[in-house]
Amino acid sequence: MINWKVILNIAKTHLLSKIKQTATAALGVTFGIGAYITLVCFMTGLNGMLDDLILNQTPHIHIYNEIEPSKKQPVSLYKEFENSFNIIHSIKPKLTQKKIHNALPIIHHLNKDDNVQGAIPQIKATIFYISGSIEIGGYLTGIKPLDEAKLFNMQDYIVKGSPEALHNTDNGILLGIEIAKKMALDVGDRVQISTITGEVFPLKIVGLYQSGIADIDAIQSFANLKTVQRILGEAENYVTDINVKLYNINKALPLSKKIEQQFNIKAIDINTANAQFETGTTIRNLITYAVSITLLIVAGFGIYNILNMLIYEKMNDIAILKATGFSGIDVQLIFMSQAMIIGIVGGLLGLLIGLGLASFIGTIPFQTEALPTVGTYPINLNPWFFVIGITFALISTFFAGYLPSRKAKKIDPVKIIRGQ
Amino acid sequence: MEAVLESIKINKYFRKPVLFHVLKDISFKINKGEFASIMGKSGCGKSTLLYILSTMDTDYDGKLLLNNELVTGQSRQKLSYLRNKHIGFVFQFHYLLSEFSVLENVMLPAKKLAEISLSEIEHNAMEKLKILHIDHLAKKRASRISGGEKQRVAIARALINNPSIIMGDEPTGNLDSHNSDNVFNIFKQLSDEQGLSLLVVTHDEDFAKRTDRIIQMGDGEIINKSN
Repeated sequence: MINWKVILNIAKTHLLSKIKQTATAALGVTFGIGAYITLVCFMTGLNGMLDDLILNQTPHIHIYNEIEPSKKQPVSLYKEFENSFNIIHSIKPKLTQKKIHNALPIIHHLNKDDNVQGAIPQIKATIFYISGSIEIGGYLTGIKPLDEAKLFNMQDYIVKGSPEALHNTDNGILLGIEIAKKMALDVGDRVQISTITGEVFPLKIVGLYQSGIADIDAIQSFANLKTVQRILGEAENYVTDINVKLYNINKALPLSKKIEQQFNIKAIDINTANAQFETGTTIRNLITYAVSITLLIVAGFGIYNILNMLIYEKMNDIAILKATGFSGIDVQLIFMSQAMIIGIVGGLLGLLIGLGLASFIGTIPFQTEALPTVGTYPINLNPWFFVIGITFALISTFFAGYLPSRKAKKIDPVKIIRGQ
Repeated sequence: MEAVLESIKINKYFRKPVLFHVLKDISFKINKGEFASIMGKSGCGKSTLLYILSTMDTDYDGKLLLNNELVTGQSRQKLSYLRNKHIGFVFQFHYLLSEFSVLENVMLPAKKLAEISLSEIEHNAMEKLKILHIDHLAKKRASRISGGEKQRVAIARALINNPSIIMGDEPTGNLDSHNSDNVFNIFKQLSDEQGLSLLVVTHDEDFAKRTDRIIQMGDGEIINKSN
């Protein structure tokens, strides 16, 4: 029979009478957990931001017509050479149209798929920005601004103006910020662009676009899908790219394979396109957890040390408790509960300190050219980190307390009493 | 007379550093209400015997009976319970929990036993303190009282669960003659008035002579069982 009230009362008295030692041990846990929470919130916040940088902008599946040589050359179709070894020199890519054949039905089909959050068309056109007699090469992408904003967070990269403004302005253009700088243009101004075939169109600047990558910002602009179709003199079904966003990014690979087979078209999934980004995330997470666990283990050793010392100091108490009828398990529980109290108090304080520090970091200004919409350091206050933090505090204090308390359990009272 | 404590052919060996036969065929009885003392020279094994009788030392051959119940071979949990309920202990050094108040020290074994409510335990503890004339110290920290007072607190603690027997290991060994007398008188009073059984190890001859019965030990054997 275990009398928790008595055991906890003894544990409490021990802890309070050695308040400095208790505080030191608890502070060890507090700093360990606090540092863990701060670190993990900060690191995963940064990770999340870096991931979003790629994930938000990049379609999960990108569908387009690839210019590539035919896989089956005519010679392999010729029966006479069927069993011979054919060598073909200087293969040329197949002449295909840039537009996706039957683009609108494909988009319609994809939007009906349960895995697909949205599939939206784009037109990529090569153009020149004209400033007096100077022509600057660049790309104009025809988009559906509202859908882009909804699915790919376009608004995060528009530093002036808005997707709505582009949507509402028929001959509007969202100009890359570097081009705007070069040509000394701003929102409200007009810019002339010319197609490869030489036709010149004036467009009204409704916003400035900054991706964070200067090279892209120096060439890339956006206009409405219809505007680009008109500039190119193409029909309404002229679409060169389809960007698909899925609910579950892991479905990207199988779905892209399916689309390739079904529509005989090139479909690239995000992981194939950005293989290195997954590796980066994994390694950053690994570092975060390695550092955090080290901190917590150090805190655990602190508790182990202090409890060990406490048990040496309390040898007489242990002997007397045992002599007056407390069993070894009672004594063990007294010291275990001391460790657990230190763990709980230290851990909870650590969570609070971690929350405070992380929130504080979240208010520090962090401005960088690469991330136009980020104003402060990104922080990820995921409740799971707090659950993991307190769990680890309890587990580490449990083990830190278990070993010394087992020693206390085994102490032979006769030896202590006779040893005096 | 009914026996409270009975030892039958208890033998004990120390194995380290060399095999040494400490106790040789110790057999005796303590009857209910008896105030007995064990005397003997240092190293004759009287303390060793007492710790076996107290159930704290389980490494021995032979049989030990408490209230005619076999104690030998019981589990440690059960032994702790028996010690808690039936045996009160008073040591040479006072062994109070120094961070607790006097009252808490006295109450602790009863709290562990948990047979009666907390308020009853507190009431009983105050009663015991009153019997020993130290009730005014109840709220003081155990580390703040004098040696004689400490020993009386230890006696109060030994009494709290109304044990079958009280054992003392040189309970007066560390006290001056005035306090020794005091402690003896308390024991005598408890024995006479409350019919408590007592077994005290001592080498204070004056103390032993005033007890009901002296068990004389020498070289691990009982030389003389009665007076």
